[in-house]
Amino acid sequence: MGLRRAMASDTGLRVPAFTLAPAVLGVALLILPLLALLGRASWSTLLADATSEQALSALWLSVRTGVAATALCVVLGVPLALVIARSSPKIAQLLRALIAVPLVLPPMVGGVALLFLFGRTSPIGQLIDSLWGITLPFSTAAVVIAQSFVALPFLVLSVEGSLRSVGTGYEQAAATLGAGRWMVLTRITLPLAAPGLVAGVILCFARAIGEFGATALFAGNAPGVTQTMPLAIYTAFNGAGAGRDTAVALSLLLLGTAVLVLLCVRAWRPGAIK
Amino acid sequence: MRLLVDLQVPRAGFDVQAKFQVRSGSTLAIMGPSGAGKSTIVNAIAGTEKIAGGRIELDGTILADARRHLAPHLRGVGLLGQAPHLFPHLDAVKNIAFGAHASGLGKTAALASAHEWLARLGLEELAAARPAALSGGQRQRIALARALAARPKLLLIDEPFASLDVEAAMDMRALVREELTRTNTSAIVISHSAADTLALADQLLVMERGQIIDSGSVSEVFANPVNRFMRAVVATLPANPPGEQR
Repeated sequence: MGLRRAMASDTGLRVPAFTLAPAVLGVALLILPLLALLGRASWSTLLADATSEQALSALWLSVRTGVAATALCVVLGVPLALVIARSSPKIAQLLRALIAVPLVLPPMVGGVALLFLFGRTSPIGQLIDSLWGITLPFSTAAVVIAQSFVALPFLVLSVEGSLRSVGTGYEQAAATLGAGRWMVLTRITLPLAAPGLVAGVILCFARAIGEFGATALFAGNAPGVTQTMPLAIYTAFNGAGAGRDTAVALSLLLLGTAVLVLLCVRAWRPGAIK
Repeated sequence: MRLLVDLQVPRAGFDVQAKFQVRSGSTLAIMGPSGAGKSTIVNAIAGTEKIAGGRIELDGTILADARRHLAPHLRGVGLLGQAPHLFPHLDAVKNIAFGAHASGLGKTAALASAHEWLARLGLEELAAARPAALSGGQRQRIALARALAARPKLLLIDEPFASLDVEAAMDMRALVREELTRTNTSAIVISHSAADTLALADQLLVMERGQIIDSGSVSEVFANPVNRFMRAVVATLPANPPGEQR
């Protein structure tokens, strides 16, 4: 569609020629590294590297934690987006600013902060320990929490933007027909916000499976427990136990997963609502 | 049905103050220049706006006063607005069925009722069409069916003809008149058009800067225009308007 729109612009307004060079460089900056990655792959051993026990274990952990984190973000994020979208402008602005903090925060800082909040010596950490005998840091649950911490803003802002652009007219129409709040929410509000929700889930899942910094500090790098794909790539690249070929194979595996998710969701995506 | 309205709503510049009633089976028109407070009154009755003082009472149930505000979905008051607000993710028949179902009919009965509505409006072939594929006039017809399928005690009609072309507006006006009579639904209609008021209403309120400045039967009010606005409204009528023949 992008191409068709670019061609259609030939008949109407054109952008100034000098924007073309930076635009091409921008595409190059995004695409060339990925091509370099493909070029560096040792194709003869790729399959063996990508299906090694370490790679598959990391992939499986990434998918599991990514799905769990995305589910957690949907459960928490959709209600949060609703509250923001229907708040007074002042409160909405404040909440939006708070939610944007993890977006601009280096994930490492998030990891340290999570460690201080849930660590064994913290009040919350001690409470969780005394109640359930669980220590959160350096567990698989910690991976999910770290991923949710960095991914939640993507979901909330996407759903909230969608809710805001739909407005309250349809909800009011439904209410004057006799529909209660629950019926309005489930039959009108959420279906109308579906495109934003789908986009939010894609962004959220992609951010979650790519998470490195917060996971490394809060959850650690234990194979099979907290070593997700990004951590496995880092470990392999540093030559601990495996070579760079493994790192490249794992990177391609993660790239393939990301593209696959994007394609699956696009295929499933309902028609855009006007 | 009996609606008693006595309300105050503060607005920037002036307060909207109005006291009137609507009797069973009758239609009240409210006319006045833009910003006179007509929509404020309609929104207060629908429950999408709160009132600061007074009381709105429908069949003995207090819909709103200075302290209470009954949620819109519990009021039994329908709204047909300028924008039809058909749900874009539902086809025509499901839009109508939504109104019937939301007001208490079971899903199967609601769908059957929606099909009956489409048949009566001669729009059966549009049952599976989404709103985006409909013309403005078709959308307003579906919106009317949806509003009446919810069986409101009172229907608020806020300029639903304004965005239609002349012919579609004429058809829609006749349809509203017919369906209000057939379903014995009382209504309040806001319009800038003398033709709408003559076709739909028995009683008429004229508003200016938040106050009711004239009221009575449509023919009375049209016979002695109270201000420049009403003189302009009456001037749009044919030389021998039906209102003066009574």
